[in-house]
Amino acid sequence: MSARAETWLWLAQRGAAIVLAAAVTVHLATIVYAVHLGLSAAAIIGRIAGNRAWLAFYIAFAIAAAIHGGIGLRTVVRETTPWRGASLELATVLFVVFLALAGTRAALALFA
Amino acid sequence: MLRVSVWRGGAEGTLVAYDVPARASQTVLDVVTYIQRRLDPTLAYRFACRVGMCGSCAMTVNGIARWTCRTHVDRVAKSGALEVKPLANLPVIKDLAVDMTEFFDKWARARGRFVPSADIPDDFIRVPPATPARRAADAGIECIGCGVCYASCDIVAWNKDYLGPAALNRAWTLVNDVRDAGNAERLGAVAGDAGCHACHSHQNCALRCPKEIDPTGAIAGLKRATARAALRGKL
Repeated sequence: MSARAETWLWLAQRGAAIVLAAAVTVHLATIVYAVHLGLSAAAIIGRIAGNRAWLAFYIAFAIAAAIHGGIGLRTVVRETTPWRGASLELATVLFVVFLALAGTRAALALFA
Repeated sequence: MLRVSVWRGGAEGTLVAYDVPARASQTVLDVVTYIQRRLDPTLAYRFACRVGMCGSCAMTVNGIARWTCRTHVDRVAKSGALEVKPLANLPVIKDLAVDMTEFFDKWARARGRFVPSADIPDDFIRVPPATPARRAADAGIECIGCGVCYASCDIVAWNKDYLGPAALNRAWTLVNDVRDAGNAERLGAVAGDAGCHACHSHQNCALRCPKEIDPTGAIAGLKRATARAALRGKL
């Protein structure tokens, strides 16, 4: 892969990390909030179902996690195994798409 | 008396024990020289200046890459035991001498050479020492190419193509040299998986550098510079 493409991957992973830093903070804060109120799972779903803002937030969270994790996993593979080349790039893309779709599906199930 | 274990052989080899008389203010290089002159003249090792200027006597001393000429035995061998091996991450030629070819080839691959601009100025180019770019260049310019950072780097151990801290530090000094005209090519050469983006900022290079240079900081600078170039479509 070219130096330019590698640099863009690096930028994408850092950009996703910035989104994750904010998203994880909000995510943990809402967990702490819900636990402190003693809300049941049914009560939480009752509050958030149909909320478009939370849906958008969690879809963005899932996509950022997929991009960040996918690029990071590719790096780990390259550092620890001899796997290189087009098959690894394809596997990385498939992994990122799978994670993003799985996360989006979960968010849709909860919030839509 | 010091009990000294010294690597003998090439890539395949073994530690051989020698007894060397302990002396005041003795350096590890003194110990290795004693072994070669008094105990076994077939021991191969490399040194030149003996005063921390040339960067040729770096070896692995009790597990850590160091200049042997500037390392006092009593500072590293508290229990009187000393283990001297060749630098890690480089092919062993014989005993304590490693082949530095790939190390310096990577300086060339990182475009570590000054590139003059095509138009020759009428007068000297004045470079004020206090400018941020010159300060950044000065911070890394004292590297003498000893290979201690390269031998201490985890990424070099994992990725044989990785240019390494010294070559990237050199590239960063030239990126900050206002007289240099080679940065378009240089940023392309230092970006990517074999270049600055492979660095995980473990900072072993900065920790071990005998000149107290911070190659991790230089590599972070290259990451910023290459990212800016990519965003502007100039990489």
